[in-house]
Amino acid sequence: MPPEALRCKECKTEYPLDARYVCEQCFGPLEVKYASRAGSDPAELKRRIQAGPHSIWRYADFLPVEHPTSALASGWTPLIKADRLAKELGIGELWVKNDAANPTHSFKDRVVSVALARALELGFKTIACASTGNLANAVAAHAAAAGLESYVFIPSDLEEQKILATGIYGTNLVAVNGNYDDVNRLCTELSGDHEWAFVNINMRPYYAEGSKTLAFEIAEQLGFELPDRIVAPIASGSLFTKLARGFEEWVEVGLLSGETPTFNGAQAEGCSPVATAFRDGQDFCKPVKPDTIAKSLAIGNPADGPYALELARRSGGSIDAVTDDEIRDGIKLLAQTTGIFTETAGGVTTAVLRKLALRGDIGPDERVVAVITGEGLKTLECARGTFEAWEIEPSATAFEQARERLAVPA
Amino acid sequence: MSVNVKIPTQLRAATDGEPIAVVDGGTVGEVLEALYERFGELKARIADENGLRKFVNVYVAGEDIRFLEGVDTPVPNGGEITILPAVAGGC
Repeated sequence: MPPEALRCKECKTEYPLDARYVCEQCFGPLEVKYASRAGSDPAELKRRIQAGPHSIWRYADFLPVEHPTSALASGWTPLIKADRLAKELGIGELWVKNDAANPTHSFKDRVVSVALARALELGFKTIACASTGNLANAVAAHAAAAGLESYVFIPSDLEEQKILATGIYGTNLVAVNGNYDDVNRLCTELSGDHEWAFVNINMRPYYAEGSKTLAFEIAEQLGFELPDRIVAPIASGSLFTKLARGFEEWVEVGLLSGETPTFNGAQAEGCSPVATAFRDGQDFCKPVKPDTIAKSLAIGNPADGPYALELARRSGGSIDAVTDDEIRDGIKLLAQTTGIFTETAGGVTTAVLRKLALRGDIGPDERVVAVITGEGLKTLECARGTFEAWEIEPSATAFEQARERLAVPA
Repeated sequence: MSVNVKIPTQLRAATDGEPIAVVDGGTVGEVLEALYERFGELKARIADENGLRKFVNVYVAGEDIRFLEGVDTPVPNGGEITILPAVAGGC
């Protein structure tokens, strides 16, 4: 099922498989079109997957690259059965996909691997991105591993951990005085003037395909079965929609059977253009100026907003928003019931999962998967003030006294 | 009232390769009309019967016109308008 062309999602005009992302006829987004999968043999496809490496490249038959390799392997992250969290929320069967277990600790390693592999095939020597932080880490690291020059553009007010964990790889780190949407506008302009592979701009059709591997892994780890419901964060909406695309491609080729899962999107109230459009029955998002601790989701002008809205509606799901306090509580809840410390985006996802459970949206027999996209050590500030360390003198008496006062039950 | 309009690479086939067009107009709407008049092909690419297409972003001095007054946003003499695709970026 090799890729055949880039095709406009709106007017269906086709283009060659080069570095481009927008339709010149109508400005719609381009996506990868594959050759027909009619007549493919699911048993053979499954055998090829299972014989593949423990990385995203085991799904190379479904990705738009000719040479599926990368210097830094991504994917094959754990899917964990979260029984304690399920019990806490009254959910029948709950799984957590922990994508913090990637080389740079977020799902961005997947998309960058695909974009970089294609960029090399197209002859690029420099890669670049506009990032809210996680992508910055991934582009800098993958460029270093591959020996490529890189430029990473971020909003200057990003979490310190994300800035440090980018600069260390020796990238050209450009901190822009503005929000993510300003950074994105700047990079969109620059991408026209420089012969660089901007992974999420001119390489975006390839980059976005990398997110499908999250769906493939979830399905494979469930024994080639579909979940009933997915809860995942929405920033631009690309990950959210590509998760569904991944499941649907596998249904088309016979690797899975059943309906597309119900899709619930998660946003922070301080940046919830897609949740607002969902609530108001709009099919397009009104841009907002973000103000939230969930900086990795702080995209006020989400490129795939209309498609995320369409998916939530057709799958019988929703798109909900939660406050910064709910996000902090979500981080704590996930940590204390699963042992997984996630960043703010994962706090948003967990908080929305709780909201859905409390609202009675989740049926008792449902198999639910929450997609945790990043690592708590990158947004450490959110943990501050949520607990008290026992500061004591080095004596057994001091310890026992403190224990009487401060011990936390399991 | 002359205004500089930055043309994205994807539209330069419709502007004879010009990266910047200098046209007259006091609002974004007037500037766009002047552009359409000069470059016949441009209109169909970025506008439909309801106005600007949904995947087109227009900025005045770096600010998205949806945060301003839309196509009624005034543009100062010598000001700069940027047209860009909306589908870039994100995760």
